[in-house]
Amino acid sequence: MSTPLLAAVVVALGAIGWLLGSWRSKASVGGKVSTLHSRPGYYGAYVLCWTILPAFFLIVLWSAISPMVVSNMVSSRLPQNVQDGVTQARSLTTSAINTIERGLATLSAEDLEKAAQPNTDVKALLLSKGAPLAINPEPYAVNAALFQLQAKRSSQLLLTISAIGLALLCLGFALFQVGPKLRSRNAVERVALAGLFACSMVAILTTLGIVLSMLFESIHFFGIVPIQDFLFGTVWDPRFSAAGSSGEAGGQFGLLPLLWGTLYISFVALLVAVPVGLFSAVYMSEYASGSVRLMTKPLLEILAGIPTIVYGFFALITFGPLLRDLGAHVGLSISATSVLTAGLIMGVMLIPFVSSLSDDIINAVPQSLREGSYGLGATQSETIKRVILPAALPGIVGAILLAASRAIGETMIVVLAAGIAPNLTLNPFEPVTTITVKIVSQLTGDLEFNSPQTLVAFALGLTLFVFTLALNIYALYIVRKYREQYE
Amino acid sequence: MLNVEPSSLQRATAQAPHLQEPKVVAKDVSVYYGEKRALFDVSVNIPDRGVMAFIGPSGCGKSTFLRCINRMNDTIPICRVTGKITIENEDIYDPSLDVVQLRARVGMVFQKPNPFPKSIYENVAYGPRIHGLSSSKAELDEIVQKSLERAALWKEVKDRLNDPGTGLSGGQQQRLCIARAVAVNPEVILMDEPCSALDPIATAKIEELIDELKQNFCIIIVTHSMQQAARVSQRTAFFHLGVIVEEGNTEEIFQNPTDKRTQDYITGRFG
Repeated sequence: MSTPLLAAVVVALGAIGWLLGSWRSKASVGGKVSTLHSRPGYYGAYVLCWTILPAFFLIVLWSAISPMVVSNMVSSRLPQNVQDGVTQARSLTTSAINTIERGLATLSAEDLEKAAQPNTDVKALLLSKGAPLAINPEPYAVNAALFQLQAKRSSQLLLTISAIGLALLCLGFALFQVGPKLRSRNAVERVALAGLFACSMVAILTTLGIVLSMLFESIHFFGIVPIQDFLFGTVWDPRFSAAGSSGEAGGQFGLLPLLWGTLYISFVALLVAVPVGLFSAVYMSEYASGSVRLMTKPLLEILAGIPTIVYGFFALITFGPLLRDLGAHVGLSISATSVLTAGLIMGVMLIPFVSSLSDDIINAVPQSLREGSYGLGATQSETIKRVILPAALPGIVGAILLAASRAIGETMIVVLAAGIAPNLTLNPFEPVTTITVKIVSQLTGDLEFNSPQTLVAFALGLTLFVFTLALNIYALYIVRKYREQYE
Repeated sequence: MLNVEPSSLQRATAQAPHLQEPKVVAKDVSVYYGEKRALFDVSVNIPDRGVMAFIGPSGCGKSTFLRCINRMNDTIPICRVTGKITIENEDIYDPSLDVVQLRARVGMVFQKPNPFPKSIYENVAYGPRIHGLSSSKAELDEIVQKSLERAALWKEVKDRLNDPGTGLSGGQQQRLCIARAVAVNPEVILMDEPCSALDPIATAKIEELIDELKQNFCIIIVTHSMQQAARVSQRTAFFHLGVIVEEGNTEEIFQNPTDKRTQDYITGRFG
């Protein structure tokens, strides 16, 4: 029985267990449900958990361990000279065995017996059954493949029997326990709690895994390129070299031009997004009538839903050339991909972040403060300038920092609109490049993951991560501090 | 009574504070929230230099009426006010009158203390600053000190004027709000249940303060506490379901109410 089918059978047994459990609980008190410790459904769920959880655990464990055991058994049966060969040769043999095994698996029992005869032409046999082999298999490989097939089949059989057996055993055990005194609700809730905990662990462990993998690969990279050359180098020239070559062909990996480009573009973007976003937030929360607000807020938020790649090619195809032509009119040489193009478009992308968050924050300023100010004869604009914005300032700063960390991590817009030249320039009309752009370009194409040219991507990723994490933590700290203010 | 000469009657009314020329006069004031009518033709005269209390059960319209006097209801879009309110014979709903100027003349203290998240000094200086009441820092300092003294708060905060106003206790915050209102030198001070969020000791201090302030201001207070109305006010109006049922000298209202509903409310039979 295949594993998915087996899982389905176990689930079906669980469903039966659920019915039996709730029925038995009712029967045990003669239908007087109120005398049960928990409601009948919990007894059903209790039996269900007992039925499927141990069996699933067994299936998962078995599926993890049995391939290893089988492959160990197979390789121990290979001729000595193959076992002692180099790693590459051994992995070739293994994949040949796997191919043959896949072919054999399609055969009927008779044909399989025929294939096991020492002098059968296995290749021809498989070809006639519609499973062509690319190689002429060695006899030991055919034997090993046959053995592997048998081992897998018996392993699966064993698993089927033991999993169903375990499920039935546990079902019986749990059903036997069902009675008015059994605290089934507490047990089921503990299982649910464990499930919730496991889900939250998935996110945390994934984050941890990503950070650790970046960290280890970065350490690997810093073993090749000194960390001070990376952090303080002013030249970015990774010079793609032939695989395996090393030494002076390694190129230069100076972070500064990329960091400069990232921060410069983010700065331009915030220069656009902060005033526009903030003023639109002030308009929407303080001046707009209900119907205008109802219309504009969702529209502004749609801006946040546009994929950044769309902004990117808008910048590349429309906005960049427009800016270049405009510059030519007034005698400025603006290149089509430049700090300005990327920054302005990214600024537009960030407007809804700033405006939406600021709008929420301004709305959170208690109405009583507004009334207090109006009550003293302040006009609406005085109230906004002198009471509401100062009160909301920490939150607004938090919103801006969140937008900044988005700007720093933004990839698609800058890939398309900022250019790829690692310039250390103050001129906003020239192309620059950013950390994210370089990560993309270092990891595009046919690569191996042990040269500094590719490993540098991890170091760049780590740098970016540290930057945005620091900004986010700071922003959250400020936002939280602000929240406590009115409580 | 009928035999008394007109001149002596005039003299008598001049001495009784509530019968002098009224400061605030409301005539047939009605308020609508959208379709719903909250006030029905309310008319009342409010004397200067005294305390007028509005009492009545929740939802009877006393706060709504109070908020008409400084046109605070203007900030609610669906709210509509009809009728006429004058302060010193000036119609406050006259289109040529600037509502901002009006609110500088009519200060307001709210139910919950609402100091701005600024320093104590800045809270008091806020009004004088926006109205340009001072030409120098020294003058502003003086206004702040005088206002805090009038609000009986100066002694408690004079050493920490730069601390945030939100850090004060509830009663101190409310006195800070009173100081803030006094600082712009209003003619009328509206108080919307100023003690409902305070403990009895803080309440006693505020009541004492109201008693002080009535020497210089026309104070109108909305309160749920009948004891408070009896303690601080000279005149009382009893609101019920959007109308003034009875209005008169506080003592008379409490000891000798003419209307059955007033009697029931005061003796605690409903409300």
